[in-house]
Amino acid sequence: MGEKRKIELDYSQLDSERMRLNVGPQHPSTHGVLRLEVELDGEIVTDVIPHVGYLHRCFEKHCEKMEYPMVTPYIDRLDYISSMNNEWPFIMGVEQMMGIKVPEKVEYLRVIVSELNRIANHQIAIATFGLDAGAFTPLLWLFRDREMILAILEKLSGGRLLYNYFRVGGMAADIYPTFKEDVLAAISQVRKTNPEILNLLLLNKIFIDRTASVGILPADVAINYGCTGPMLRGSGVPYDLRRTEPYSIYDRFDFEVQIGKGEVGTVGDCWDRNIVRYREIEQSCNIIEQAINQMPMEGDVKEAFPKKVRPPKGEIYCKAENPKGELGFYIVSDGKNNPERVKCRSTSFVNLSVLPEISKGYMFADLIMILGSIDIVLGEVDR
Amino acid sequence: MEQNFVNMLIENPWIAALIIVVIPLVFVVIYALIAILGELKIASFVQERLGPMRTGWKGTMQPVAEVVKLLQKEDITPDAADKPLFNLAPFLMFAAAFAGFAVIPFSPYFLPAGIELGLFYVFAIGSLGVIGLVMGGWASNNKYSLLGAMRSVAQIVSYEIPAAIAILSIATLSGSLNLNVISDNQSGWFWNWYIFGGPGPWWKILVIPFTLGLGLIYLISTLAETNRTPFDIPEGESEIVAGYHTEYSGMKFAMFFFAEYANMFIVAAILMLLFFGGWNSPFGDFLNQWWMQPVWFILKAFFWVFLTIWLRWTLPRLRVDQLMYMSWKVLLPWGFVCFFAVSLFVMLK
Repeated sequence: MGEKRKIELDYSQLDSERMRLNVGPQHPSTHGVLRLEVELDGEIVTDVIPHVGYLHRCFEKHCEKMEYPMVTPYIDRLDYISSMNNEWPFIMGVEQMMGIKVPEKVEYLRVIVSELNRIANHQIAIATFGLDAGAFTPLLWLFRDREMILAILEKLSGGRLLYNYFRVGGMAADIYPTFKEDVLAAISQVRKTNPEILNLLLLNKIFIDRTASVGILPADVAINYGCTGPMLRGSGVPYDLRRTEPYSIYDRFDFEVQIGKGEVGTVGDCWDRNIVRYREIEQSCNIIEQAINQMPMEGDVKEAFPKKVRPPKGEIYCKAENPKGELGFYIVSDGKNNPERVKCRSTSFVNLSVLPEISKGYMFADLIMILGSIDIVLGEVDR
Repeated sequence: MEQNFVNMLIENPWIAALIIVVIPLVFVVIYALIAILGELKIASFVQERLGPMRTGWKGTMQPVAEVVKLLQKEDITPDAADKPLFNLAPFLMFAAAFAGFAVIPFSPYFLPAGIELGLFYVFAIGSLGVIGLVMGGWASNNKYSLLGAMRSVAQIVSYEIPAAIAILSIATLSGSLNLNVISDNQSGWFWNWYIFGGPGPWWKILVIPFTLGLGLIYLISTLAETNRTPFDIPEGESEIVAGYHTEYSGMKFAMFFFAEYANMFIVAAILMLLFFGGWNSPFGDFLNQWWMQPVWFILKAFFWVFLTIWLRWTLPRLRVDQLMYMSWKVLLPWGFVCFFAVSLFVMLK
């Protein structure tokens, strides 16, 4: 007695075997054909490797073979949830190269349709995020409202999802007679449903438990990875191209850039990213309301159409604030009918790249929530 | 009190036994169809849509159509699966759920098996279901199924304990484990129900907060035990596809489905019998005839089935560790507190 015996344990022998799980490309919550190679220790995620490319359609190569107006329908298919916003930077870039000044009415119409589409996009983002958490009902409530927005965009352009509405120098079609009333009705409906969604989903105790302090993305990591949009703003960085580098006529509108403040958890968690989206819906409503009241109802949306879309030799990088973040097109023209080279800086791809960084050490169920909070569209990731 | 009216009507014990078994089976099938329709229609009501409208009047035949569809489907057994276990699992689960009906008294005159340990039996047999679940998850040889099975074991085993404490308290209050006797003790007006402290002197109001708490604890535990939202993590479709029944198709899948709904009814029935007066009318002798008692029983049970469906379409899902936290750190300590208070009340009464 009296002698202390040292007990030595070899903890490496206690290590259990890790499981490699293949999530996707057919999986209910990978939001498309994303494949994640996940390494699990029990339920804890130890490694995530996203494999992309299942939806690769050679967008950039295709653009080189087509004339400028023919590129627009392809751009619709990048981020098919917010096609209107996608078209804008490309069209704007070509217009800047050709030195076209579009009429006032067209600028206002572009702002209105883009903000409408931004609302629709954020509604889907919140709805599918709720779906990832197991809440089914908010999805259908939000889809009901989104239907009103899609109806307006359909009456304008003829398409419900893929619009092909922007043209170099104008718009494909003029507004229809009851446009203003429809837009105001849609906004009031969105404003009515928004608090319901807040109470049903975003402020739900279980939902807050699931999302608060999960998938924390610090501001420096977000900037280093090049995240933009609600991802970056959720981390507390007030970076919004509409405000920091105002393009088109965004300097005329009064709106607030929403940032995550970490109200229920830590700044930059899943909940913050979603509350930023939720509040941006309200801000978009404000912008639309201002725009529709300032918009000149008379005028021709096609008056600045060029005879032939043939930008002079040169190159341009044009970017715009997509609902998901900064979408940019780098266009090189050699003076011919089709672009020499088009490079797309797609938001979802850049935002997705941060997933392995922020999801290690959380549980498998959290990984799904983090992926949902990034709000990717695989059409844009793979191009 | 006569336990079973079938035994009185039919002399031959074998035929009588057969009829006694068939009655709950028929009831389960009809009930499952109604519950599936309820699920569809309540979901569509909550979500402001119509739901199924094409099959039958306002889509009322939809569950029948779905069962027929499942019957016609190809019954796939994966190559790498452990075939005997894979095929046995859904039937074991349904058998476990159905065996629980043996001690559920639909009325004082119909208790299929008149064993005195009814409450104990229904919990013992209910735990058997989890074996079917694990069996299915393991034998599927699928990683998602395995994750689902792992989760469900952890979940069901933890939630049996708060539920057991709740029923222990009621057993203390009523002094019996026979569900018929427990139900009989609560006869009279609704303030005689055990959720309101049971029959007793006026100062039983002191114990009412604790019995209400026990009712809540039992309700939450039953939601977890039947894998319903917000505790549906064993099959959480956004994470692990369909959990333990990812690989199942056709009638075997339907068996899992039936078992889930049968389980839902069993736990709702136990909740009724323990806390809400069982087959008694809430209003004393009003409408408390022998033929109204099963109606009251089924109505009450359906109300709780409705509640679980309502919850499903309202709440998001919890995470595994939060689920465990809730069971061990919230429900269990409070369950003990309530149990202690109820025991004290019984001693002093």
